[in-house]
Amino acid sequence: MSGLRLLAGPDLRAGAEGYGDHVRRLGAPTLAGRPLIEALVQSRLTGRGGASFSAGVKWRSVASASKGTAVIVANGAEGEPQSHKDRLLMATRPHLILDGAFLAARTVRAASVVLYVGQEHKAAYAAMERALAERPDVERRIARMAAAPHRYVAGESSAAVHLIDAGIATPTTTPPHPRERGVAAAPTLMQNVETLAHVALIARYGDAWYRSAGRNGAVGTLLITLAGGVKKPGVVEIEAGTTIGEAVAMAGGMSEPAGAVLLGGYFGVWIPAAKAWELPLDAEALGAAGLGLGCGVVGLLPSSRCGVCDTAHIMRYLAEESSAQCGPCFFGLRALSDACSRVAERGTNRDDIARLKRWAVEVQGRGACKHPDGAVMFLRSALSTFSEEFATHPAHWRQQPA
Amino acid sequence: MKTDMHMTIDRIKCDGHGLCAELLPERIRLDDWGYPIIAPGPIPERLAPLAQRAVATCPVMALALALRREARTN
Repeated sequence: MSGLRLLAGPDLRAGAEGYGDHVRRLGAPTLAGRPLIEALVQSRLTGRGGASFSAGVKWRSVASASKGTAVIVANGAEGEPQSHKDRLLMATRPHLILDGAFLAARTVRAASVVLYVGQEHKAAYAAMERALAERPDVERRIARMAAAPHRYVAGESSAAVHLIDAGIATPTTTPPHPRERGVAAAPTLMQNVETLAHVALIARYGDAWYRSAGRNGAVGTLLITLAGGVKKPGVVEIEAGTTIGEAVAMAGGMSEPAGAVLLGGYFGVWIPAAKAWELPLDAEALGAAGLGLGCGVVGLLPSSRCGVCDTAHIMRYLAEESSAQCGPCFFGLRALSDACSRVAERGTNRDDIARLKRWAVEVQGRGACKHPDGAVMFLRSALSTFSEEFATHPAHWRQQPA
Repeated sequence: MKTDMHMTIDRIKCDGHGLCAELLPERIRLDDWGYPIIAPGPIPERLAPLAQRAVATCPVMALALALRREARTN
């Protein structure tokens, strides 16, 4: 690849690129409306919030439901603790995101645009607010900021709608999906901020250009966050299909040998390092292998750290982040977390291991949102990746995860 | 084409009263915290009256029956 796409342009350390510079550097988008939807479908761009759903299909569905009343939500809640890509993009290239959001508004004939940004991402929030103030009147008039509370589930789409409408960031029962009935009961197009930034470029250069990047059959570029045992943790833009091993090399390599990789953050899965290295970072290819890209976090667990203890810490976090609405999630995750902590703190025991295995299956699919599903999928991957460690864990309690 | 009856549950409404599992143990059991686990698949016709009673008895109206058309190959 010739270079960066989303992160091209002025030095990222200079902060947000202003509207004037942005327009001088990139010009105006040339595609909107139906041709843009067609280009998105052809581009094979998928959502970068975690669900990896086709952007073109989503836009088409909201466009056909909209009677000029639809709402666009640019989702920059980024509640995943290990992910930094959305806040980096918002803090440095806010106008790419706004281009995408206003193109969406024109294309699906939306009445309003909501910029939903994590309130704890201070630099990103301020940059988005300043960027919005720089936009033309016709855009500014229909757009507003909304602060996403510092909760893991705040970025879930029905929770985002609930917060924007009623000030409560808890998921609601679906159906109806926000695509059909979302903010103010109108069809709502919710799209992660990175996805919108890709749209801004596809609307200028077309779908063939988007597909011209990518390796091993994958297309486009994506932002990923490297965390844990790498020399230079942080966000990199890679060509889709780049392997985990190659991405780690881009982050300066390992700081010490890795025992396992946590792919997709706390909502992701543990994979033994030996198996992870050759995996391509691409939603489609990972999906075919029964895995997922999630929000694009690649976390390395150095072999000096204990996978059981890290798992127990993360399960504690996920249990505390339940919005306490559904019994199987609230009680189930708490019980799973307690059992993990007992194994970590007091050493392994057969009863807890048996409970973990049974509950990790029973809780699946029994919440209004996917929070419990994500938590037990994470736990099941830990029980398999660290099966020996769980079976033989001594009574120790290691450090908090990085 | 055949129309199948499925039991659905609003997980936010459900408070784990557990009456459903008493009325329809053939399809519903409770987890360790008292919340229902519904067996996968459609409700057999002979259980339909009991399923309807379970739905009507839920104190928080969290249960519902939905008809779904399942395409059959035979």
